Amino acid sequence: MEAQAKTALTGGAFLIQPSDAANTFTPEDFSEEQKLIEQTCNEFLDKEVIPHLLEIDKQQEGLMPSLLDKAGELGLLGAAFPQKYGGLGEDFVTATIINEALGGGHSFAVAMAAHNGIGSLPILYFGTEAQKQKYIPKLATAQMKGAYALTEPNSGSDALGARTTATLTPDGTHYLINGQKIWITNAGFADVFTVFAKVDGDKFTAFIVDRNTEGLSFGEEEHKMGIKGSSTRQLFFENCKVPVDNVLGEIGRGHIIAFNILNIGRLKLCAAALGGAKRAMNTSIAYATTREQFKTPIAQFGAIQHKLAEMAIKTFATDAALYRTAKWIADKEHELAAAGKPDSETLLGAAEEYAIECAMLKVIGSETLDYIVDEGVQIHGGNGFSDEYNISRAYRDSRINRIFEGTNEINRLLTLDMYLKRAMKGRINLMTPAMAIQKELMGIPEFGEDDAPFAAELKAIANFKKAALMCAGAAVQKLMMKIEQEQEVLMYLADMVMDTFMAESALLRAMKMQASNHEHASLAVDATRVLIADTADKVNHAGKNAVNAFADGDELRMMLLGLKRFTKTNSFNTKQARRSIAAKMVEKQRYFF
Amino acid sequence: MKILVCISQVPDTTTKIAFSDNNTQFNTAGVTLIINPYDEWYALVRALELKEAGIANTVNLVTVGKADAEPVIRKALALGGDEAIRIDTDSNDPFVVAAQIAEYAKSEGYDLVLCGKESIDYNNGVMGAMLAELLDMNYIGFASALDIAGGVATVKREIEGGEETDTCALPLVVSCQKGMSEARIPNMRGIMAARTKPLKVVAPAAISPLTTIASYDLPPAKTGVKMIDENNMDELVALLHSEAKVI
Repeated sequence: MEAQAKTALTGGAFLIQPSDAANTFTPEDFSEEQKLIEQTCNEFLDKEVIPHLLEIDKQQEGLMPSLLDKAGELGLLGAAFPQKYGGLGEDFVTATIINEALGGGHSFAVAMAAHNGIGSLPILYFGTEAQKQKYIPKLATAQMKGAYALTEPNSGSDALGARTTATLTPDGTHYLINGQKIWITNAGFADVFTVFAKVDGDKFTAFIVDRNTEGLSFGEEEHKMGIKGSSTRQLFFENCKVPVDNVLGEIGRGHIIAFNILNIGRLKLCAAALGGAKRAMNTSIAYATTREQFKTPIAQFGAIQHKLAEMAIKTFATDAALYRTAKWIADKEHELAAAGKPDSETLLGAAEEYAIECAMLKVIGSETLDYIVDEGVQIHGGNGFSDEYNISRAYRDSRINRIFEGTNEINRLLTLDMYLKRAMKGRINLMTPAMAIQKELMGIPEFGEDDAPFAAELKAIANFKKAALMCAGAAVQKLMMKIEQEQEVLMYLADMVMDTFMAESALLRAMKMQASNHEHASLAVDATRVLIADTADKVNHAGKNAVNAFADGDELRMMLLGLKRFTKTNSFNTKQARRSIAAKMVEKQRYFF
Repeated sequence: MKILVCISQVPDTTTKIAFSDNNTQFNTAGVTLIINPYDEWYALVRALELKEAGIANTVNLVTVGKADAEPVIRKALALGGDEAIRIDTDSNDPFVVAAQIAEYAKSEGYDLVLCGKESIDYNNGVMGAMLAELLDMNYIGFASALDIAGGVATVKREIEGGEETDTCALPLVVSCQKGMSEARIPNMRGIMAARTKPLKVVAPAAISPLTTIASYDLPPAKTGVKMIDENNMDELVALLHSEAKVI
């Protein structure tokens, strides 16, 4: 056995180091207080949001701002802001719990996340003391609502290609902003916007722009496929006169704000998606147990049980990966604070450390949610296609998650890109393990069986990592700088890394549940075994497609053999395991992990 | 004025009920416990409103339960109680619960004791009255409104076809129901404050139950709908008489 890591892994290092289940934070570790906070969020949704989804989707005048006000009164918005700015100083894990629980609030969740995240954090982390004092206490209570304006008609994924300009007035007191922003969440009612524009043609810079600023006007509400209740408008800047005191951060350093905030945003998107996933799953369980066909509740049919179990397995793993990372970030934040870093740098620094995990979580969370709402509609049959049933709203609302906060394609590319950049900078040593794998491939495979608990599962995970490192290492060697043009290969490699991260997180969680004799430990182990069996096939599939794209001859043959070796797993009856999980879901009438 | 609110922990309303030990015990495995809604939404919230209005100075909470009741009582503290007392025993006999609370409360000088009209698990609805008797306090049950002025309580009760308004001197025990107040959601500040609020655990007094539950039975499973031919009224009448037993 390899030595187990005793301390938190550094960002991305899960791929080259084993983790210790006992030191991995899981949702089972939430404190009583955190559970109570989660309950408050759920009660808030059940009482104030869910009964009014129709009015919210119709954008009933004043409704969304009033819901934000109520969430603000409950202290849910500023929970993680520092106390000196009117927040409650809760840690990152608790903030993530709030984001997850409120994530089931459809359009409200989007408005809340935009206000609380990208609408507030740029000022909190990059504002001057005066800017923070002026805005943050009001944003913490939703007395002021926040929004973030980055995207333009011709710059989406390529954020730095923005064309909006900011020109200093001759008297040096103001900037005149000219340009256009699109897809601005909360635009209909936000009081303050963080706006990105270029100074002197190329200096990408952030500005705080108040709603009533001269020269700022708004487009009509966009008609969207989903999240219809979230206000989305264009912003038009025509000589919009912003005082120089409203420059946020440094001139020409806007990209630091734009990109650093996104790390946190990506993790929180995963949290919100998870909250939505759990509610959509519970709706589907309830439907499947009451809907009868052939005089039998459809939940009794294997085809439906498969879907229900798959929903639970993906959610179990996403949950595990999310809170594993959230705790790493919270710990890193405390470590940076203890090392004397100012408040403004601790969380951002911590999130930057785990930027790879944040990018992966964004993809994992949004795709888990998409699977669940899609199969949720399927379980509802024809009724799922009707607006009468909430699952159709969940389906429409889910779709945007794979697009905003960086598309899933961009986040897949980023996952690999960050690994390679960190390897080049010496922040992470991918070379040594990659070389060791090459050497291992030359040797005779190990056939010994280790019968320690979870030995087979741990070995499977270690092998998936080897498969990913082998393929990535070879791709880099072979393609060199051209690798950036081979996006298909990068996508496959990213999938190998992500699926492994998810499976490992699930395994560590299941091991920890087993160690503490958790009520649902054996089903958690079942879920993990199903996931590992599926991950083996997925890693093999992605690996084959990747290496076939760039290797040939002996090298290709050796890697295909390696993939076969590294994705070999014991036979396992996934059907039976899924049935056991589905049976518990039906018994409990909800997602039970 | 000093108020005591009685908090009971009950199974969540979605709980699947099961029994153990030859149907003599309620099986609590995997059951989520919540605050009895009548205690939370009406008794506790009205007590907090009286404190916010400056009528009461102190709102304390008491529960009879083992350590597993603590998350529930912590939630009640998060909603706004000042301190909580947990009497470290468990019983489904209303007399034991009333007597344990009385034993604690008799020397504490409470002016008003509020409880829910019943707990949603055993639905006896008698604990409040027993407590009033044991504490030698006045009692009004099933109240839907409560105001206090000049040491006198004005209480509304729903009665058959209407409503009655009573006045009553303190000290007083009131059991509360719908209409008394609106449910609240604990806010973040309350939850954080609950962390440091006192939760005292006191040893139970030696009190014997007056009743014991001999056995539990689940209601018979629902049977399917029986379709009867529209021309066969005799069969319908016969079935309504012999099976449904409604005529």
